Amino acid sequence: MLDRAIKGTWNYWGWVIFLLALIGTAIGFYIYQFQEGLRITGMGRDVSWGFYIAQFTYLVGVAASGVMVVLPYYLHDYKAFGRLTILGEFMAVAAVTMCLLFIFVDLGYPRRIMNVIFYPTPNSILFWDMIVLNGYLFLNILIGWNVLSAERKGIKYGKLVKTLIYISIPWAFSIHTVTAFLYAGLPGRHFWLTAIMAARFLASAFCSGPALLILVCLIIRKVTRFDPGKEQIRTLGSIVAYAMILNVFFFLLELFTAFYSQIPGHMHSFEVLFTGMEGYTKLVPWMWTATGFAFIALILLIVPASRRNLNTLAAGCASVVIATWIDKGLGLIIGGFTPNPFERVTPYWPTTPEVIITLGVWATGFFVLTVLFKIAVSIKEEVAA
Amino acid sequence: MSMNRREFLKIAGVSTLVGIGGKTAFQLLAPGEVEAQVAAAPLTKAKRWAMVIDMPRMTEEIMDKAIEACHRIHNVPDLGKVKEAIFWIWKEDYEHAFPGQTHEYIKEEIKEKPFLLMCNHCANPPCVRVCPTKATWQREDGVVMMDQHRCIGCRFCMAGCPFGVRSFNWGDPRKAPKDLNPDFPPNPEYPTRSKGVVEKCTFCAERLARGQLPACVEAANAMEKDVMIFGDLADPNSAVREVLKKHYTIRRKPELGSEPNLFFIV
Amino acid sequence: MYDGGKIIVGLIIGLGLLVSPFFYDLGQVAKPPDPQLTPKAKEAGACVAPTPYMRSFHMQLLDDWRNTVVRDGDRFYDTGKGTWHLKVADFFGYKTDSGPTVPEGKVHYKSLQVTCMDCHSNKSKFCDQCHNYMGIAPYCWDCHIAPKENQ
Repeated sequence: MLDRAIKGTWNYWGWVIFLLALIGTAIGFYIYQFQEGLRITGMGRDVSWGFYIAQFTYLVGVAASGVMVVLPYYLHDYKAFGRLTILGEFMAVAAVTMCLLFIFVDLGYPRRIMNVIFYPTPNSILFWDMIVLNGYLFLNILIGWNVLSAERKGIKYGKLVKTLIYISIPWAFSIHTVTAFLYAGLPGRHFWLTAIMAARFLASAFCSGPALLILVCLIIRKVTRFDPGKEQIRTLGSIVAYAMILNVFFFLLELFTAFYSQIPGHMHSFEVLFTGMEGYTKLVPWMWTATGFAFIALILLIVPASRRNLNTLAAGCASVVIATWIDKGLGLIIGGFTPNPFERVTPYWPTTPEVIITLGVWATGFFVLTVLFKIAVSIKEEVAA
Repeated sequence: MSMNRREFLKIAGVSTLVGIGGKTAFQLLAPGEVEAQVAAAPLTKAKRWAMVIDMPRMTEEIMDKAIEACHRIHNVPDLGKVKEAIFWIWKEDYEHAFPGQTHEYIKEEIKEKPFLLMCNHCANPPCVRVCPTKATWQREDGVVMMDQHRCIGCRFCMAGCPFGVRSFNWGDPRKAPKDLNPDFPPNPEYPTRSKGVVEKCTFCAERLARGQLPACVEAANAMEKDVMIFGDLADPNSAVREVLKKHYTIRRKPELGSEPNLFFIV
Repeated sequence: MYDGGKIIVGLIIGLGLLVSPFFYDLGQVAKPPDPQLTPKAKEAGACVAPTPYMRSFHMQLLDDWRNTVVRDGDRFYDTGKGTWHLKVADFFGYKTDSGPTVPEGKVHYKSLQVTCMDCHSNKSKFCDQCHNYMGIAPYCWDCHIAPKENQ
């Protein structure tokens, strides 16, 4: 089936070559980072996790796009999502690939990455994150490939695949829960030390993932002969709407606890993010932009007419992606480390090499997505014919 | 265990001898003798190493000497006042060392004089809980130890530590600026670290193994007797227990339940 | 063969690249390693373990040392007790054979920097001789300080 990925239009190849160019550039910068060390990033003793880990955190959420179509289809026999499940699963593969790559580029001693397997440490959440992320990656590769293969041959996929699909549903919930646990169990980081962290992660995942999936589906409708289905996309839009409402609601709950209790530890990170502190205001415009986009997203997605219209739906989904990316991909991590355990503010901003390496990993994910979607769409076009 | 003057002098003598320089000492003493002497030194066996710093008697000069002693013998590079700075032991003012405890009208002396901070070697360490490879772990004697052979540089321990005591080698420490580190590495008998691993105070595990007090304690006490007291908290007759009985002490962020073993007499 | 021309050309290029290292310095002879002992090492007579064992397995010994020192806090090596690996190697005949006998019951401070390099302070004329020949660059020296040599 891989051969479907090397047959395409000039536009397709143009896009692929553009991605490969980005990846190549980023590899060059990564070699520089490998030799010089992580000092070429903006991280330091106080903000010891930054842009890379923030991207990983966001993309774990995106990987949820799979379960939001798989669950209704397989558990509730919602046959309408039949054309979408493979796309959701392949998007999860691309997202988890990026997660693992972001962890890799963030490591100080990447040659020793196998130590996490050689010296398993069950009390460490990072150990469990390694297991659930890799497990979800293999699950989706196996499921997606086999289901697509069966469709191409016009037969039903095997029972083992069905079992794996049923396993993948709670597994999808586990990857977010475990990733949230990375943050929610640290006694010294008051911005993260909240029970609702896992719930927030799930809510944010279930809006950002499907929102991205909707956007990709709309692109597929334009550039290929395959139509995931207008009604299906609209149903997904409803899912995104409810998830976004929950996401914003949970955030407001956090704000209440922090500011009604007036406990400094709870309030300070919000102040750093939304008003600035000790002269560090870099994140303030970003967070308010995210807030703006969140409200735009809510309006566009809640109003039935704008949710039905595919153009406004697209705008709403794009707003969701922007808002959730800023929230998780910038605010969450930096806010957790600022102020530091001494209540001091150490400014952080990603450096140029850091951004280029990040773009390279995103390009890798999009490359994987492009190749897999090309295969899936090609086969679905053939089968429909 | 109780110690009479004789035992103390014997141990002090051996400690000094052994402390001159690992190599030299082992050349002076026959191998079997070294082992026997080291086994006899009580400092090598404990259940819960702890330290008490007598802040009223502490001065900034003593603190500087303690910091210098530690950073010298462990080849800790001076990178300047940068965000990637590495320090195992440092001075911190009260407001920032104990942010939950401070107020506007606090006693002048507490406000002015910095505190001497290092790893608390917590009895319930969150950093150990999160390390995915056990590159940092809690020893039987309570020391939270580092294994830089195993560290993958994920920095989860740095996120987990509520006290900000851990440093990371963002670059190669041997490339530290020459003007700040003229004779780097200052101690050829201790390794440096490479880039990409975490480091922190280890209560001088290599010195404890030879029956010696941590370098900071030794340097500080040379200037002011017993201004830093080191001992076994689990031993009811230890020096630290005596001191804790006599004086009120505080610890950093005790409400987090990590059970720090670094106490400050205020 | 479908697309035969392209395949054959590709095969030739691929195989060519694969065997190119063998042709890179054809005819040249690499300088054989010539490890030399310092006067101190010669005087010491024996290393911490038998020479044939050390020649083959010094890395295993150092690995044992670094784990037992750092992780178990055991900083002293008794030549009489040895390591688990040494016992296995002994079973397969590495302890007998050539080289001076290692006196039992001698205690060494387990340290590459302090103990090993005390006798083998001529790293470039000892350790590096075989390492360079084999193309090995042990990362130990990233952290452990190599002895200063007067070149």
